[in-house]
Amino acid sequence: MTSGITDSPPGRTRVSLPVFRTDFMADAHEASSDTQLQAAMDNSVTKKDMSRKIALAELPDADALRELAGQIKRHTLDHLDYYLELLEENITRQGGHVHYAMDSTQANRLIVEIAQRTGSKLVVKSKSMVSEETELNDALTEAGIEPLETDLGEFILQVDHDHPTHLVMPVVHKNAAEIGHIFARYFKTEFTDNPQALAEMARVHLRHRFDQADLGVSGVNFAIAETGSVVVCCNEGNGRMCVSRPRIHVALMGMEKLIPSLDDLPVFLKLLARSASGQSLTQYSSIVSGSRRPGELDGPEEFHLIVMDNGRSRILAGEYRDTLRCIRCGACLNSCPIYRKVGGRTYGSVYPGPIGALLTPLFNGLEEHKHLPHASSLCGACFEACPVKIDIPKFLIMLRGDQVQRKITPLAERLIFRMWSWALCHGWTYRLSQIAQKIGMRALRGKDGWIRKLPPPANGWTMQRDFPAPAKQDFRQVYKQYRADQRRKESR
Amino acid sequence: MKVSLFVACLTDLFAPDVGMAVVTSLEHFGCEVDFPTAQTCCGQPAFNNGFPADARALAVRMLDVFRHADYIVTPSGSCCAMIRAHYPELFHDDPSLHDRAIGFAARCYEYVEFLTKVLKVDLTGLTLPADEKFTYHFTCHLRTLGASGAPAINLIKQLGGSQFAAMEKADQCCGFGGTFAIKYTDISGAMVNDKVQCGQATGADTMIVNDGGCAMNIAGACHRQGASIHVRHIAQIISSAIEHSAAQGAADGAATGAPGSAAKGAGNGATSVPS
Repeated sequence: MTSGITDSPPGRTRVSLPVFRTDFMADAHEASSDTQLQAAMDNSVTKKDMSRKIALAELPDADALRELAGQIKRHTLDHLDYYLELLEENITRQGGHVHYAMDSTQANRLIVEIAQRTGSKLVVKSKSMVSEETELNDALTEAGIEPLETDLGEFILQVDHDHPTHLVMPVVHKNAAEIGHIFARYFKTEFTDNPQALAEMARVHLRHRFDQADLGVSGVNFAIAETGSVVVCCNEGNGRMCVSRPRIHVALMGMEKLIPSLDDLPVFLKLLARSASGQSLTQYSSIVSGSRRPGELDGPEEFHLIVMDNGRSRILAGEYRDTLRCIRCGACLNSCPIYRKVGGRTYGSVYPGPIGALLTPLFNGLEEHKHLPHASSLCGACFEACPVKIDIPKFLIMLRGDQVQRKITPLAERLIFRMWSWALCHGWTYRLSQIAQKIGMRALRGKDGWIRKLPPPANGWTMQRDFPAPAKQDFRQVYKQYRADQRRKESR
Repeated sequence: MKVSLFVACLTDLFAPDVGMAVVTSLEHFGCEVDFPTAQTCCGQPAFNNGFPADARALAVRMLDVFRHADYIVTPSGSCCAMIRAHYPELFHDDPSLHDRAIGFAARCYEYVEFLTKVLKVDLTGLTLPADEKFTYHFTCHLRTLGASGAPAINLIKQLGGSQFAAMEKADQCCGFGGTFAIKYTDISGAMVNDKVQCGQATGADTMIVNDGGCAMNIAGACHRQGASIHVRHIAQIISSAIEHSAAQGAADGAATGAPGSAAKGAGNGATSVPS
């Protein structure tokens, strides 16, 4: 089996995801000392994680449901060719059109072409991570078509020319005051940081623009192969507006977003809302099956589904297939202590958090994002939170292994590990290294027995905390003494 | 009951007290403890950093060193998780080693697990040397072991003179993560500072941390910040209660500590008959 990671010829990297940031260490440094960001994280992300736990505990057996969801996804991925054909067949039968895009450029071109052919000037969009992946807004703008984000968070970001930093709470990195200033500038009104007032401003503005839109673009939470339907979940109602109000509806999906049948849907709806926000169900779950039929009161005249690969089939073919189970709920982000400290921007691309630390290197290659697989303490909170049981820590370790194999890991580090494990495989070398460490570190200790400054490469430790000097007698020595004392007592 | 101690490298070098506390407490509960001196490291650092072949070599050594052990008990939760969750998969292509790894994993216990699942100890007869307020850090390895923090907290609550206060974000990683703490010092530092702050906010004297790496990290941050809270392994707390109760018992002529006698109806007057 191939590893499934981009094999890029020297000098030519195949990059599937847009890269926004490249200096992970600098961004991590900045974010982890940003008190405003930390406060925002505690107030939203950490709380959402608690809501998730409470909501899942309400289910009779949440763990079994997660297991089932994971199995359904695995089955679908194992037979993806079959289910894709079935989906196409059923959508076409209902008067819809299915298009396949090899990459994001093709996907964007297809949407621009549909917009141009139908004379669409304004495109309203519901929240869609895959359209962030293709940078659809830029492609539309270049073609002279106006894209408009209608999810409140995404709208704020569009107005501010910013990127989402969370899969379901895109604007989590901004507080109400920041949003207030953005809106005051954009709407040319007085500043307010009242969340309700801000939401109302956006609502009034967007409501009127829905009426003018010719084309609606949505993402796809789930595509149901058996019925030829796409499911769009949202909380603000904008998603339903996008799929029903404009003349044309284009749904854009990554090719992995399938489930076999309508019977499978409740499993995922139950898990998606609970995992994302602790709700038992999203406010709106729209199931769209083709275009408006004669006699129906609403729905678009034309329905198009764009199924995009953009690197997914490569991952599907390798040993990282299970990462494609992801339903983009954001639970792994909310549970992740690292994400809570560094925020979404630091991850550098579209998909932040633990799942992003996997997907970004898988899509773009290990050289581009060499820090991502390592910037994890492997605490396992993400795996525990994942509604489809993606073993994220396991895959991060596998990526680290791939980096070693491909010699992306620095030579010094590879040598250190080699020597270290060799030394530990022999009793005498282990003992020798222990004694050497003891002598070396005890020489560095202060009066209180703690080391305030370790030399490189261990100095990272003492930049943040003290290091304990080894005890004068290590356990082996103390234990030996203990047994000797015991024997003496017994023989007396 | 024969128990072999796997002390783990960090405890060996940096926390001999924890190792000894495990030995003396297990002996108190009626176990016969031995320490196979050929033991070194479980291989976790190599495994986690993407060097499975090196981890495998160390795992083979572990299988050999502990081949005769009935039970293997370790105070280091993450090493136990390594053995239980990852040894079998390291040998997926070698049926004979794979079987041995599964057998080893089944006999390997983290200290609290061993006390509560195998020995089923009841600590209600034991009293701490002085009243002490505790809080508890949920170490990440418990997720891999499929365990919760409840058993450790219950044990602590059984001790006379103990008070318990839950900590906010108790299950958020302390930021250790092995080489992570050194390589990503900013992130790790922010995480451990968060942990110290949450611990301090409980007003507890002691944070219970049942893993060598986490303990080193949190204690190091407490020391750097001059925080009043102390970090201890639960074995140290239990063994201090055993010592104190024995001293008191010797003074009062009463027996303390209860092995094997399970929780039900054990009440206060716990017996000291070994199983």
